[in-house]
Amino acid sequence: MVNNEIAVQVSNLRRTFGAFVAVDGISLTVKKGEIFGFLGPNGAGKSTTIRMLCGLLMPTGGSGTVGEFDIIREPEAIKKIIGYMSQKFSLYDDLTVEENINFFGGIYNVPEEQRKKRKEWVLDMARITERRTSLTSVLASGFKQRLALGCAILHEPPIIFLDEPTSGVDPISRRSFWRLIREMADAGTTVFVTTHYMDEADYCDKLALIYRGKIIAEGTPTELRREHMKYDVLELETDKVVEAMETLSKHHIEAAIFGSTLHITVEKAEEDMEKLAALLRESGIELKRCEKIAPSLEDVFVTLIEAS
Amino acid sequence: MKLARIKAITRKEFIQIRRDPMSLAMAFLLPLILLFIYGYAVTFDVDRITTVVYDMDKSSLSRELINEFTQSGYFTVVSSINRYEDIDPYLDSNKAKVAIVIPHDFSKRVRTRRDTAIEIILDGANSNTANIAQGYIAAIAQRYSQRMSSGPVVPLIDSRSRVWYNTELKSRNFIIPGLIAVIMTVIIALLTSLTIAKEWDRGTMEQLISTPIKPVELVIGKLVPYFVIGFADTVFVILMSTELFGVPLRGSVSLLLILSSIFLFGGLSMGILISIVGRNQAAASQMAMLSSFLPAFLLSGFIFSISNMPGPLQIITYFVPARYFVTILKGIFLKGSSLKYLIWEAVLLTIYGTAVFLLAVKKFKKRID
Repeated sequence: MVNNEIAVQVSNLRRTFGAFVAVDGISLTVKKGEIFGFLGPNGAGKSTTIRMLCGLLMPTGGSGTVGEFDIIREPEAIKKIIGYMSQKFSLYDDLTVEENINFFGGIYNVPEEQRKKRKEWVLDMARITERRTSLTSVLASGFKQRLALGCAILHEPPIIFLDEPTSGVDPISRRSFWRLIREMADAGTTVFVTTHYMDEADYCDKLALIYRGKIIAEGTPTELRREHMKYDVLELETDKVVEAMETLSKHHIEAAIFGSTLHITVEKAEEDMEKLAALLRESGIELKRCEKIAPSLEDVFVTLIEAS
Repeated sequence: MKLARIKAITRKEFIQIRRDPMSLAMAFLLPLILLFIYGYAVTFDVDRITTVVYDMDKSSLSRELINEFTQSGYFTVVSSINRYEDIDPYLDSNKAKVAIVIPHDFSKRVRTRRDTAIEIILDGANSNTANIAQGYIAAIAQRYSQRMSSGPVVPLIDSRSRVWYNTELKSRNFIIPGLIAVIMTVIIALLTSLTIAKEWDRGTMEQLISTPIKPVELVIGKLVPYFVIGFADTVFVILMSTELFGVPLRGSVSLLLILSSIFLFGGLSMGILISIVGRNQAAASQMAMLSSFLPAFLLSGFIFSISNMPGPLQIITYFVPARYFVTILKGIFLKGSSLKYLIWEAVLLTIYGTAVFLLAVKKFKKRID
């Protein structure tokens, strides 16, 4: 049965707030055991979508299922099979790490005999065993975020929804967080995750890019690179990044700053490389390096968003 | 309904209350302060009413009448004046509440056994005091005239009142049991009115409603810890009333506690309902104050007798649970009433509590919109 392979499916899902259309008829399918990345800038409709899937928000239109349950008619059944981590930190600040875990163990009705084992698992996973008696309010953001994840999956739900789990978390914690998510997906859990960090897209099996309430691209990271990047990307390295960008923009060439380098989208790398170098040299800007690179997903998304 | 979830909520609430000293202080200091203010400061007993006397007669008989007034203990003569116009400044400046004017022919008329009038001027600005003073004056005048007559010409009906339940007519005995109802109404509404709104404000509710918890589990889980605190509060306030203020508790203590529990259940459920409807803490605490304190104070029969209220207002009082609790408290404290006489109140409080509880459960939506 094909249907058994699908964890989440929605079609033409809509949500309006007054005159504002937050989610404008999106359709998507998430397979079991997949990390599904839902990407887009702030305010694109990511949280609204995730809340509708978790049964927290009633859709204005459209339909969908999570697991085998209908998002309109059976939101309470959905809540039994999911774990949800909201964008804002939503554990109890005035409870200790352990008290928070105990609380959610009770709320999810984790069987008594497993509760202790699950608690140790969460403490271990979040690497906060030695901080178990600390008040949650004093924890650093990386700890808080892993604890929140642990509390949301205490009951080992088959599908988890994470809304911007890495926002405001330091880069090292972010990387270890994604490693955790990968481990869970490998163990068969379906992960639906939103982020506005484009560089996190490569951690996902499948991506959908949402912009102004609409999905503007969908596919695996490789597919997105291949299909939507019909142009080449040149990476220029120079000491005068800003000046170089200004010079290029006078000639109507769009460039984006990536650290100490510039990324420029061109028709044909080999031909344009020379032209650009000459152009910049005229303005007294020497290039240290100029080469054709594989476009990052961020390049893809910048192109896509500019095009739409 | 899963007990594990109720237990989880209850345990969490207890921990949070313990770590928030303000909420505990409110639970135990507020009743203490309110009891002190009302128990000591507010008294409706009227004595030593300041009085000025304009005695035109200046006879032994008129002096005797004035003596009657001062010796009753209810009146204190602050000054004797010699001009009618001098009364105004005394009453205007609040130096006196009552003026007694004895006419020229007072002793002459008394001796010739003709009807005599004395003029009494009352400061009606405080109508309660004025009313009570009027009653005292009438009684004193009557006693005086009886003493003056050698024997009753017509058989007078001598009404000798005996006061039951609050023998000394101490207003404190009558105020404090009612006050317990007002205090408990306010405390429990404040205690619970924030509990759900706080979770929305802090964002913890979004996590909670994404779990399989049922509204009824959440409401019960939140009720339990506040019920325990409310019950401890009730015992505390009752003890203060009897031990500190010496209010007699004549009825059954266990009946009092059982009926108080029913009242607590309704009041706490109301607080939770307010918290659910109010959504944010500011709105919820204002709604709680308005909906608990004012009706409990004004419409419960605590101070203002319900039977004296205009009809429409009387109907409203039936929806004020404090009304039944006031009756229960006054009954058990002062009259030693048994359940037989309070069954109506007990039943109505139970219906009220159940209705509000069910409404709270129904109103709690596990959705953000």
